[in-house]
Amino acid sequence: MGLIDNINKLFDHRIRLGIMSILMVNEDMDFNSLKALLNITDGNLASHTKTLENANYILVDKSFVGRKPKTKYRATQAGKIAFKKHIDALENLIHNKN
Amino acid sequence: MEQKKYIDDLSEIKNLMQRSSRFLSLSGLSGILAGVYAILGAIIGYLFFLPKGEYLVSSSWNFKIIVLLLISVAFLSVTTGYLLTYKKAKKNNEKIWDITTKRLLVSFLVPLVTGGIYILIKLNSQHYGLTGSLMLIFYGLALVNASKYTLGNIKYLGYAEIVLGLVCAALPGYGFWFWIVGFGFFHIIYGSLIYFKEKQA
Repeated sequence: MGLIDNINKLFDHRIRLGIMSILMVNEDMDFNSLKALLNITDGNLASHTKTLENANYILVDKSFVGRKPKTKYRATQAGKIAFKKHIDALENLIHNKN
Repeated sequence: MEQKKYIDDLSEIKNLMQRSSRFLSLSGLSGILAGVYAILGAIIGYLFFLPKGEYLVSSSWNFKIIVLLLISVAFLSVTTGYLLTYKKAKKNNEKIWDITTKRLLVSFLVPLVTGGIYILIKLNSQHYGLTGSLMLIFYGLALVNASKYTLGNIKYLGYAEIVLGLVCAALPGYGFWFWIVGFGFFHIIYGSLIYFKEKQA
């Protein structure tokens, strides 16, 4: 088994990594707060959340507050496990090369 | 060079986890000032309005003035805290009103308001004895509950207030003095610790 095996391609991107990091420590987070934290555009965030949603790593919850749509995201159990593995793999890579 | 990227990834993860879930800009100086207000309020109350050797009756003027004193101390502390924290958040480029602060406030206020209402109900039925102790205990619970949304050791201040409140409950008659220690001296000590940490950083 190579060291690289557990590196998750889906998380090998700064924005998706960021989204997952935030959802690991927050029960849920709405679209606008995510956008502000990551400092990216609507379209950019939407496309990356879509990717994570398709992988079943996050759940999307759409609702209305008055007339405004409100989109909230949360990490799934599978997503959390995958992310932990990814972090472990990163740590392993760093320690083994030193 | 691959490795450099992974190290960056890890520090980015840590950074986002902290920024997204914790409010970091609580000001130490505001803790010190809150303690000073509490002690000043207590001195004024002790010198002028607390009846010596008898119980305070909830219909008396003195009682109303004491309640007013308590409200002023709380109001001054909250205002100072808000202003100083706002300044610090601005310096750190943090937004003061985001989802983390909202969660911080809600988790802080739920035990605090519960305790406040409980104390008022008790006072209304002439149960004065445990007021100091109850204030300390509920305030401590509020701090412990809110601590998961902010950094550092505010939960230890919470634990300290709870323990003090329980000791106070076991020693009836000294509520006033325990109140001064918990709301006055503990705030000053805790605020100074944070303040000096801020100076170092």
